[in-house]
Amino acid sequence: MPDSPDTPDTPDSTGGVPAAGAVPQSPGHEGATGTPAGAHPSDSPNGPDSQPPTMVKVSINAPQFQVAAAHPERVERGIAVMFVLGLLGFAGFGAAYYQNAANYWLGGSLAVGFFGLGVGMVAWGKYLMPRGPFSESRHSAAPTEEEREAFLTDFSSRGKVAVERRGFLLKILGVVGGVFGIVAMFPLLRSLGPLPKNMFYVTKWRKGSYLTTSDGRRVHVDDLDVGSVMTVFPQDDVGGAMSQTMLIRISTVNVITAADRKSWGPAGYVAFSKVCTHAGCPVALYQKLIEELLCPCHQSIFDIGPDPDHPGWYTPAMPVFGPAPRPLPQLALYIDRQGYLRAQGPYYEPVGPGFWERGAQGIAQ
Amino acid sequence: MIDSLYRWVDDRLNISGGTRKLLNKIFPDHWSFMLGEIALYSFVILVLTGIFLSLYFVPSQKDVIYHGSYLPLDGTHMSEAYASTINLSFSVRTGLLMRQMHHWAANIFVGSIVVHMCRIFFTGGFRRPREFNWIIGVNLLILAIFNGFLGYSLPDDLVSGTGIRIAFSILEALPIVGSYLATFLFGGNYPGTAIIPRFFILHVLILPAIIAALIGAHLGLLVKQKHTQFAGNGATERNVVGSPMWPIFIAKTNGFLFLVAGVTAALGAAVQINPIWQYGPYVPYHVSYAVQPDWYMGWLDGALRVMPSWEIVFPGHMIPNAFFPGILLPGITFTLLMMWPMLEARIRNDTLEHQILEEPRNNPWRTSIGAAVLSFYFVLFGASATDVLANYLQVSLNTVLITFRVLCILVPLIVGPVTYKICLELQHQHRPTKTKRHNIVMRSAEGGYSTIEVQARPGDERTILPPIPVDAMILVNDDGEPILADGGPVTVGAGAGPGAGSGRGNGSRGLFRIPRSYR
Ligand code: HEM
Ligand code: FES
Repeated sequence: MPDSPDTPDTPDSTGGVPAAGAVPQSPGHEGATGTPAGAHPSDSPNGPDSQPPTMVKVSINAPQFQVAAAHPERVERGIAVMFVLGLLGFAGFGAAYYQNAANYWLGGSLAVGFFGLGVGMVAWGKYLMPRGPFSESRHSAAPTEEEREAFLTDFSSRGKVAVERRGFLLKILGVVGGVFGIVAMFPLLRSLGPLPKNMFYVTKWRKGSYLTTSDGRRVHVDDLDVGSVMTVFPQDDVGGAMSQTMLIRISTVNVITAADRKSWGPAGYVAFSKVCTHAGCPVALYQKLIEELLCPCHQSIFDIGPDPDHPGWYTPAMPVFGPAPRPLPQLALYIDRQGYLRAQGPYYEPVGPGFWERGAQGIAQ
Repeated sequence: MIDSLYRWVDDRLNISGGTRKLLNKIFPDHWSFMLGEIALYSFVILVLTGIFLSLYFVPSQKDVIYHGSYLPLDGTHMSEAYASTINLSFSVRTGLLMRQMHHWAANIFVGSIVVHMCRIFFTGGFRRPREFNWIIGVNLLILAIFNGFLGYSLPDDLVSGTGIRIAFSILEALPIVGSYLATFLFGGNYPGTAIIPRFFILHVLILPAIIAALIGAHLGLLVKQKHTQFAGNGATERNVVGSPMWPIFIAKTNGFLFLVAGVTAALGAAVQINPIWQYGPYVPYHVSYAVQPDWYMGWLDGALRVMPSWEIVFPGHMIPNAFFPGILLPGITFTLLMMWPMLEARIRNDTLEHQILEEPRNNPWRTSIGAAVLSFYFVLFGASATDVLANYLQVSLNTVLITFRVLCILVPLIVGPVTYKICLELQHQHRPTKTKRHNIVMRSAEGGYSTIEVQARPGDERTILPPIPVDAMILVNDDGEPILADGGPVTVGAGAGPGAGSGRGNGSRGLFRIPRSYR
């Protein structure tokens, strides 16, 4: 491999200007003629085109062909050092791999290898190759009017014979294509998953479901102290993403959150869906002092503190801050004869974020 | 040997005729043209490291109990996807390095695309005839962000799992088709067991293939339409000034590929990224505090946060809250971005071809609009850290959130006019000269200072050479004799005959040809 292709070795060229420059010569001068390939004049929207470029004689000794470096041998030595550094880096990577060394040895040696190679190559291109500038000509991106005309003539004249007279066939072809497009959607889209049906309206909570912890224990009325919380599931869906429910013991007496929820909070226990009504994250943080539930995803806050309008009542997880638009649905609880906490029934509205089919009440049609 | 092999191939594929023009393709020397190259090379690195990762990653949500070399998680339930990523990080040699390089390269990829796009925008590089390349570019940006999100979701850790949950909700929020799309894509209600395998195939096959095809089209158009360039140094609307592909640009750009690889390797070695073993496996009812997605999702996360708690409800139907920040905002953003070249041409009534780039200061109108819009997204990005800021500044979340809602509107309104003014100021300022000149500062006996500008010394000033047209030159030796590949003399004007214009044998010579020693 020659190390500086076609570049004459000009040791301490400081950009001195040799006699033969790169001044374009007019046609006829020096006898240089000929039009380079594709160098048509074209009607540009940007004003009159310049003359088609004519061949110019350029001396290989023109300053543009000299290397940019003032001291090419020094640069060459430097590049060699960088390449050797690259070599050492890659060799080091091999060694580090062999030794099963730590990540920073592996990556560090690899980085040294790449940097050595990269710096060397860039320097080679920048300092040891003709410094330029060079140029090439360009033309309007648009075709000439004649080219356009010729193409359109060919296209439509042949098209008339072959296609337009067979308009009927063309129409059938269109229909066939359309039908194919539609049936192709079946395997591509429809077989991916089930129709939503009532999926977003129901959870696994049923009448009588036991409130069950994530490790499968039923929750007993004595399990929680006032001011503590726990995530519960129906016994047949432990760990379920949609049925996860926040159980909070607010007090020791029956908790009322609304006129139609007088019996939903026995013995100070209230349960709210843990699926945020904003974008579905678990509303996982219970802030005991201020009696709020916080969703860590976008900081929606749901109030479960005393209801200012009804002394003795509590707020049913109303969104008071952040983007969540709706309160967390409340699960009606009761305590069975053995003292276990159970659900009076399913959630009365869809849990989680909104969706198109969900009306204001969110009742399944 | 090389010669006969070359001939053998060339006789069949005609490399000499077809590829010669490519050797002469001129690349402008301005630094800002490297931004697209960074994107290109980080994509190369993504593909290479990604192939490695795909050999060890198991795209499955099957529940397993972990027993591996990372002891803190021993005995923990997790999905196979998460377990295989832990193994990749701790039990596969160079696995952690490849993971971290891949993730860093993804961040650099999207970052360089954004900066590249800004450079094209602010210099007017998208104007006729380059609208197509702009549109391809916007699509590349969308795909890059999207593929980044998919990749980051694959390990099924607690942080990314929460992201998938939000993605489901955003899909669900799409009017009319949302519920269907969500259950189709996830194979049922959230979470299902299908999403990791599906994300995997999208992430490693489908989107990369589309991205690769679009990059091909992007660069193909670049060759066809040639580069834009800044004015000066002999640049006109009818030429391109810079370095030719062979060998100068090839050397520099390959070096640059290695530099980008070096930066990624250094980052992968030294800067931890996405330590999923610290987050733990995804459990639908767990969530970690102060979760931040990758930076390029930050503006969407911020938008979800600052959006007021509105929802449009009408009988039987609703447009959920997440629709506005999660679908409408990116929809408007990318549609406007894509349409911008046409919009600008219409508004400014400028439908001419432009090959010379504008200095941003010289088009204060566009520059200030761009800056204002950009600042809006910066504010949204900042808003993705409301919780961290509230903690850090010891103020209430409430204050921080309200502040950001105000800033979203206020900052662009300020940035726009201020940028406009700055542009005008810059226009009137005289340009700094390229060559640095030393000044002598004198202190007089009284303590006063005065400056003497030093005269330029010979060699100080940059000699601006006229560009040599590589596609229309005949290289001659000292005697004025044309230099040929085989070193023999040539009759001047030999190409002016019937063969002229065919691209071969017309006397037009490439700049760098196979030297004699090769033949
Ligand atoms: C995968 C992502 C991308 C890659 C690999 C890529 C690569 C490149 C490269 C190497 C260039 C030539 C040099 C340069 O101007 O930097 C280029 C030019 C260009 N890019 Fe991109 N780019 C990407 C994304 C984008 C995006 C997001 C946009 C805009 C929305 C865009 C718009 C353009 C335009 C209009 C040009 C032509 C400008 C000129 O000739 O100077 N590209 N691209
Ligand atoms: S998901 Fe709860 S605030 Fe966004």
